[in-house]
Amino acid sequence: MRSHILLLVLFAFFVSLIFAVIAKDDLREQVRLGAVMFAGFVASAVVLGWLMYPFPL
Amino acid sequence: MRVTAAEESQYGGLVLLCLASWAIPGAGHLWLGRRNKGLVFLVALPLMFAIGLALRGRLFPFDFSDPLVGLEALADFGMGAAYFLSKALGYGAGDVRAVTYEYGNAFLVVAGLLNLLVVIDAYDVALGRK
Repeated sequence: MRSHILLLVLFAFFVSLIFAVIAKDDLREQVRLGAVMFAGFVASAVVLGWLMYPFPL
Repeated sequence: MRVTAAEESQYGGLVLLCLASWAIPGAGHLWLGRRNKGLVFLVALPLMFAIGLALRGRLFPFDFSDPLVGLEALADFGMGAAYFLSKALGYGAGDVRAVTYEYGNAFLVVAGLLNLLVVIDAYDVALGRK
């Protein structure tokens, strides 16, 4: 798998899952926190990616 | 102040619990009866580690002349038995030319660090803090 966005999504999924399961005991709260964290990770990565777009490597 | 036999036994149990939790992700939670949490850790963390290896990430050597390499090695080491198993089987050499090399490193390092967080959580549960 070479797609950067897919790897990013996969990474965000795993990290959100583990954090949510550690932080909350109730399943509904785990799903909610995990979803919020996952969305936050992906959205911030996309926004940061676009912000860095004008800068040359 | 003298330590009683019961306190010593409890201390030994806690050390064993933390070691088990470190060696096998989720083992501490399963031991403490937190079955669902333990199973999630048992599946997700080794899978994340395996993806890191499949992406040609590197298991860094304990070389503290370069502090970042040393710290990454410590983070990788957090994965417990899977770390030693991968080393023994010859995985984790890393391929810096691979497009996915840095992603692989991120998966390996973060899987190890998350496992250390899981160990701390198991310790807290054992002490009744959670």
